[in-house]
Amino acid sequence: MNPTSTCQATRASQAVRFDHAAVQVGGRTIWSDVTLEVAQGEFVAVLGPNGVGKSTLIKAALGLVGLSAGSVTALGLPAGQAGRHIGYLPQRRNFDASLRVRGIDIVSLGSDGERWGLPIPFGTRFLPSRRAAAERITEVIELVGATAFATRPIGQVSGGEQQRLLIAQALVKRPRLLVLDEPLDSLDLPSQASVAALISRICREHQVTVMLVAHDVNPILPYLDRVAYVARGGAVCGTPDEVIRSEVLTDLYRTPVEVLKASDGRLVVVGEPEAPARHTDRHGDATSLPAQPW
Amino acid sequence: MVAPTLIAPAIAVGAGPAATTSLSWDLVADLRQLFRYPFMVNALLAGTIVALAAGALGWFMVLRRQSFAGHTLAIVSFPGAAAAILLGISATAGYFAAAIGAAVVLAAIPRSLGGRTRSSESAVIGTVQAFALACGALFVSLYGGFLNGLTNLLFGSFLGISTGQVLALLAVAAVALAVLALIGRPLFFATVDPDVAAARGVPVRLLGTVFLILLGCAAAEVSQITGALLVFALLVMPAATAQQLTPRPMASLVLTIALGLATVWLGLAIAYFSIYPVGFYITSFGFGGYLLAVAGKQTAARWQAVAA
Repeated sequence: MNPTSTCQATRASQAVRFDHAAVQVGGRTIWSDVTLEVAQGEFVAVLGPNGVGKSTLIKAALGLVGLSAGSVTALGLPAGQAGRHIGYLPQRRNFDASLRVRGIDIVSLGSDGERWGLPIPFGTRFLPSRRAAAERITEVIELVGATAFATRPIGQVSGGEQQRLLIAQALVKRPRLLVLDEPLDSLDLPSQASVAALISRICREHQVTVMLVAHDVNPILPYLDRVAYVARGGAVCGTPDEVIRSEVLTDLYRTPVEVLKASDGRLVVVGEPEAPARHTDRHGDATSLPAQPW
Repeated sequence: MVAPTLIAPAIAVGAGPAATTSLSWDLVADLRQLFRYPFMVNALLAGTIVALAAGALGWFMVLRRQSFAGHTLAIVSFPGAAAAILLGISATAGYFAAAIGAAVVLAAIPRSLGGRTRSSESAVIGTVQAFALACGALFVSLYGGFLNGLTNLLFGSFLGISTGQVLALLAVAAVALAVLALIGRPLFFATVDPDVAAARGVPVRLLGTVFLILLGCAAAEVSQITGALLVFALLVMPAATAQQLTPRPMASLVLTIALGLATVWLGLAIAYFSIYPVGFYITSFGFGGYLLAVAGKQTAARWQAVAA
């Protein structure tokens, strides 16, 4: 089967579906005519060089960025309506080292952060619903292996540990779809490997569909079902073997690109053109949500 | 009684309560003295209300790193009060109108000026702040250049707080705290994790605007006790101290309010027996508390390191 810009999954089991979708930001087309389907329970990576609109792609699936053409659905609903069943990890957030809030508090915001009112710091034991919520928080923290550092201020734990806590936060409500934007970015290599293994384990053991943005495929390569490769203007998808090949990427970029395989199985893409270095491309203002007023 | 905050202190500073009261070091007698005059009871009531509002809103302000905005709102309340006195209306109304108006303007600035980055925001706020201070100076000199009145507006006074003023402080604080209690958790979410909060349907931007308006209320309230220049004594110091002491959100919020109350009560009590401005005492106790918290934390960390 030749990889084309269409990926097929049986309609009943679609987690995410883009149909001839396009996005414009500030009059500039980020990508267009993207048709892409992610099946339930799959581990799919969204790959590509910096600035081609990978984050925009998943934000479109979440309904955070509007389409200029085509359609996108998540878990069978129009984008933005399945929010309760989606766990989202935005592009790497570095918590300020001086932020004096515990990891467990960040995780529990995933459970009830959008509810109005103030949390009451006592009496958790007496309300069954609050007790269940507290137990679920303990459970996900254990699941991601964060028990040892969950009560330390989040600004003072390492990047990999912060990432585990954020994954726990995204998992609290038992989402059916987990959308992760560069969760491995700026982690050291051992942390990259262990966080990638953790995400894969969540995907397999808890039947959670995972859509993960990365600019380096190697840490996640052993776990991937499929990849969607985004380049200027569009996307191709298929299994890693189908897509990450010299011919396919050369076609996609319309410039000679070579994929080399190292002796340990790692892939190296040579000649991949970087998108023009525009300040706003890099997860900047144009595509992201409005910043806090202050 | 057109402008109590301006005129009463102008008379009182020279022959203030310190001339007729002195510290006897007998706690019961001193406390009885403290509550002898209605103006002092009003000052303590006003201080308590202000400490509550400033503690709760200051805690969020420190967490959101909006101290500069909070300071600006207080500075803007100074020309507001000066203008109100000049126009012959109550200074309290001037404080609130200016600070809340400025909060609405600040919330609107980033979009209208395109100031997207934090540094350009600071530049805009700094410009507004300097202009406000200058306007206040103009209004005070138009009124006739009462030097004592100016000092009180900038550095605080607890004399001449009327019962009406206490009721106004109470009403504004009650509304502000009620709104804060309603939006508390989503605001916390939007503060520490704005991207995820937005994805989960929290109206991040709207909450930011509402919070700035609440902060304007708190800044105007604190200005009336500590003066416009020393608002940080109650807005920043208790929150910064509490956040040093515990990373538990609710515990540090409660601790912030307790520290604010202690600071205000101590400051007012000492100022009553002294001839120096109340703003100095409140700020000094806040500062001392912060130093103790930082030193205590560092010492504890060193002991832990030695033990480990």
